[in-house]
Amino acid sequence: MKALRNLVDSVKPTFSKGGKLEKLHWVFDGLETFLFTPGHATTSGAHIRDGIDLKRTMSLVITAMIPCLLFGMWNVGHQHYLAIGEFTALGDGFWEKFLFGAIKVLPIVVVSYGVGLGIEFLFCSIKGHPIQEGFLVSGMLIPLVMPVGTPLWMVAIGTAFAVVIGKEVFGGTGMNILNVALTARAFLFFAYPTMLSGDKVWVSTDGQAVVDGFSGATSMGHAASGNMAGVVPMMDSFWGFEAGSIGETSVVACLIGAAILLITGVGSWRIMLSVFLGGLAMAGIFNWVGPMVGNAYMQIPMLHQLMLGSFFFGLVFMATDPVTATQTNTGKWIYGFLIGLLAILIRVVNPAYPEGMMLAILFMNVMAPLIDHYVVQANINRRLKRATLQTA
Amino acid sequence: MSKSIRIRKGLDIRLVGEAEKVLVQTDPAKVIAIKPTDFHGLVPKVLVKPGDRVKAGSPLFADKYNERVLYTSPVSGEVADVVRGEKRKVLEVRVLADAQIQYEDFGAGDASTMNRETVIQKLLSSGVWPVIRQRPFDVVANPAQEPKAIFISCFDSNPLGADLDFVVRNQGDDFQAGINALAKLTKGKVNLAVNPKTAAREFLDAKGVVRHTVSGPHPAGNVGVQIHHIDPINKGEVVWTCSVQDVLMIGRLFRTGHFDASRTVALTGSDAKNPKYYRTIIGAPLKDIAGAVGEKTRIISGNVLTGDRVGAEGNLGFYHGQVTLIPEGDEPKFFITEGWASPGFDKFSASRSFPTWVMPGKRYSMDSSQNGEERAFVMSGQYEQVFPFDIYPVHLLKAILMNDIEQMEKLGLYEVAPEDFALCEFVCTSKINSQSIVRQGLDALIKETT
Repeated sequence: MKALRNLVDSVKPTFSKGGKLEKLHWVFDGLETFLFTPGHATTSGAHIRDGIDLKRTMSLVITAMIPCLLFGMWNVGHQHYLAIGEFTALGDGFWEKFLFGAIKVLPIVVVSYGVGLGIEFLFCSIKGHPIQEGFLVSGMLIPLVMPVGTPLWMVAIGTAFAVVIGKEVFGGTGMNILNVALTARAFLFFAYPTMLSGDKVWVSTDGQAVVDGFSGATSMGHAASGNMAGVVPMMDSFWGFEAGSIGETSVVACLIGAAILLITGVGSWRIMLSVFLGGLAMAGIFNWVGPMVGNAYMQIPMLHQLMLGSFFFGLVFMATDPVTATQTNTGKWIYGFLIGLLAILIRVVNPAYPEGMMLAILFMNVMAPLIDHYVVQANINRRLKRATLQTA
Repeated sequence: MSKSIRIRKGLDIRLVGEAEKVLVQTDPAKVIAIKPTDFHGLVPKVLVKPGDRVKAGSPLFADKYNERVLYTSPVSGEVADVVRGEKRKVLEVRVLADAQIQYEDFGAGDASTMNRETVIQKLLSSGVWPVIRQRPFDVVANPAQEPKAIFISCFDSNPLGADLDFVVRNQGDDFQAGINALAKLTKGKVNLAVNPKTAAREFLDAKGVVRHTVSGPHPAGNVGVQIHHIDPINKGEVVWTCSVQDVLMIGRLFRTGHFDASRTVALTGSDAKNPKYYRTIIGAPLKDIAGAVGEKTRIISGNVLTGDRVGAEGNLGFYHGQVTLIPEGDEPKFFITEGWASPGFDKFSASRSFPTWVMPGKRYSMDSSQNGEERAFVMSGQYEQVFPFDIYPVHLLKAILMNDIEQMEKLGLYEVAPEDFALCEFVCTSKINSQSIVRQGLDALIKETT
C-alpha cells in the first residue's frame, strides 16, 4: 500500500493547481479518494464521525444488485437457448447460457458506465466540483432495466441523456428530481418505441432460427394483447424464468437485494413495504372487479400479478432511491403506496404501456416534493396550533 | 406537573476512556484564560489592561451591547495579557494567579429572602450571570427579560459524559441555594430533569422544583430535548437553562458571597492516561489535568460532539465540565484495508453497514477522521432516527441554507440549539456540518428580531 500511496503522492502535483494537468484535478481527486479515504480530519462541529460515507453506501447498493445481474446473465442465455430449441431443460447448459448472457450483457454495462462516468468527469472538471458517487449505482441500474436487444449506441444515448438532462442540469448527485436510470429508460422508450417494446427485443436470438411457436413477447406483452396463455406460471415468474429486461425478471434475486438493503439499513423499508401494499391493494381491487367486467388480465391472482414484470425490481431498487423519493417518513408511506397502486393500474388498464412500474415511479418522483410539502406543512400547523393554545 | 418521558430516538456512542470515579485535587492554576469566544455573539468591551491587579470576581470585560453583563476573573492576580486575533478580535484575557485566591465580597445571603432584582444584580456584578443561557438562540440570557420557565438537566448523556451524580456529591446545600436563586428569576417553574437511574439525594431531595424523569439514549440528557418534551418553546417565548455545575456555582455565590469558579472536570477519551475526575477552575490550563500529550492527540474542551478543539496550551472553556482526548485521524486510509470498502470490524456506525452492529456492547476508540468527504444531501430518514424532536431536521437545515427566515421560524428553529444537531452531524452519510448551519440560522434570526 505504501508503494501505491507514494505513487499517488508523486503524481499529485501534476494535477494540482499550477500543474500540467490541472484541468483534470477533480478526476484525479475522484480516483485518489476512491483508493484512499482522504485524510480529512474534522474541522468544525462533532469531532468524531460515523464510519459510513457515500462510497460505502453506494457500494452496498451495487452489491445488492449483483444477484440480479448474475441471474440476468444466465436468464438471457436461457431464453436464447429456449428460443432456438437447445438446452431447453432448466438445468442443462448452465455455463453455455451464462457465457452467452455475459457476452450480451457486459458490453451494455461497460457502455453505460463508460458514457455516464465520462460525462460526470467532464461536468465535474468544468464546474470544479468533486466527483460524487451517484452514478456508480445508476450505471449499474441502466443495464439491468434494458432489454437485452437494445443496441449499444442506444444505451449510450439514453445514458447521456439521463446524466445530462436528468441530473447534471439540476446540479448533480443529490439534486435530481427524476430517477436517473429510469430517465434513461423512459427516454429510449419514447424515442425508440419499436426498439424498447414489442416482442423483438426481449430475447436475443442472435439471428439463429427459432423453434416453432416462439413469440419473444414478455408475459406482460401477452397479457396486454389478451393472450392469457402466454403469461408464465407464478413460480416461473418468482424464480425469473421468463423474458424481460435483463435484471428485472427474478423476484428471488430482487428479494436477496432487498435483504441486503434492509439489513444494512441503506434502503427504506417503509417505501418497500408500502409499494408492495399499494400493488397488492390494486391487484386485489382488480380481482374483485375483474369477474364483473369479464377482464381476464384483472383476474390474475394478486401475488402472481405482482411477481410479473418489473414490479419487484422497481420496488427494491428504483422506488427506494433516496434522492428522488419523499424525504419524510409519513411521505414515504404515501409515495410508496401510490407507486404500487399506479404501477398495477397502468399495467392492466392502459393498453399503450404493457408495464406500469417505470411510469408510476417517474410520476411519483415528480409528485414527491408535493407530498413532502403537505407533510411538512402539517408539522408547521401543529406548531402554530400549540402556540395559539398556550396564549389563549 | 412532573412528567415521565421516554426518548426513543437517539444514539449512544460507546467510546473507550470513561473517567474513573475518583476525584483528584489539582494544584492551583498558575495562569488562567477567559475566552470571550466561549460566549457566542458576545462583543467584549475589555475593562482591564496588562499589569492590572484583579481579585476573583473583578470584571475583565463586559458585553458591549449590554454592559450590565460582566465577565469576571475566576482568580486573583495580575492581568498578564489581552490576546487579540484578526481584526483585533479579543481571543483571551490571561490572568497570572496568586498562590492564594483573594475574593471580591458580594455578600452572603439566602436568595429566597431577596427580591428578583437583588438576585439578578448579585449574579451580574459577580460575573456568575453568564452561566444562565437562554433559548431561543442558545446565548447568554438577557437580564431584562423574564423566562417562562427554567430548565436544568441533571444528567449528561453525551459520549463519555461526566456522571453528575458523582460531581454533585456532598454539595446538596450549594445545589439547593442555587435553585433558590434561580427560582427568583421566573414566575414559572424550575424544571429538573433527572435520569430514572439517579440515586443522588442532591437531585431527588431538591425543593422548589418540578422533577421530571427522562430516560433513553443520547440526546435524552440535552436540555433542548427535555424542554421540547416538557414545555416546548413557541415563538415569542423565552426559556432559561443552566447546567448542574453552574447551579452549584450560583449556590456558592449566595452561601459565601464569593465568585468561586471551581469545576469538577471529567478527563475522558481513549488517549487520556489518567481518566479520572479533577477538581480545577474555569479557564485553567488543560495540561494541568491532561498531562503531556503527544502531537497526534486532539485535545477537546468539552465532549466529542460539541466541544472545542484546543491546542496543547489551551484552557478549559467556561461551560465545560469534561475534557476529551482522542487520536487525530488525518492519515489517508487505503480503501480495502481501512477505508470505505474495508470489512470494518472496528468501525462504529449508526447504520448497519458495518458488521459491528451485531456487537451492541462493544466500545470504540474513534479518531477525528471525517470518514469520508462532504457531499450533497443524498440519504433520507437518517437524521430522524437520532433527532427526538417533532421537527423535520433536513427541511429546517435547507431553510437555513436558503436563508428563508420565515420558514426557519415555522419549522421550529426557536426550539433548537446547535448541540441538538450534533448527532445528526455524527450520523450524516454526506458529512454535512449541521451544527454550524444551525448556528448560522440562529444568528440570522437574532439579526432579524433585534
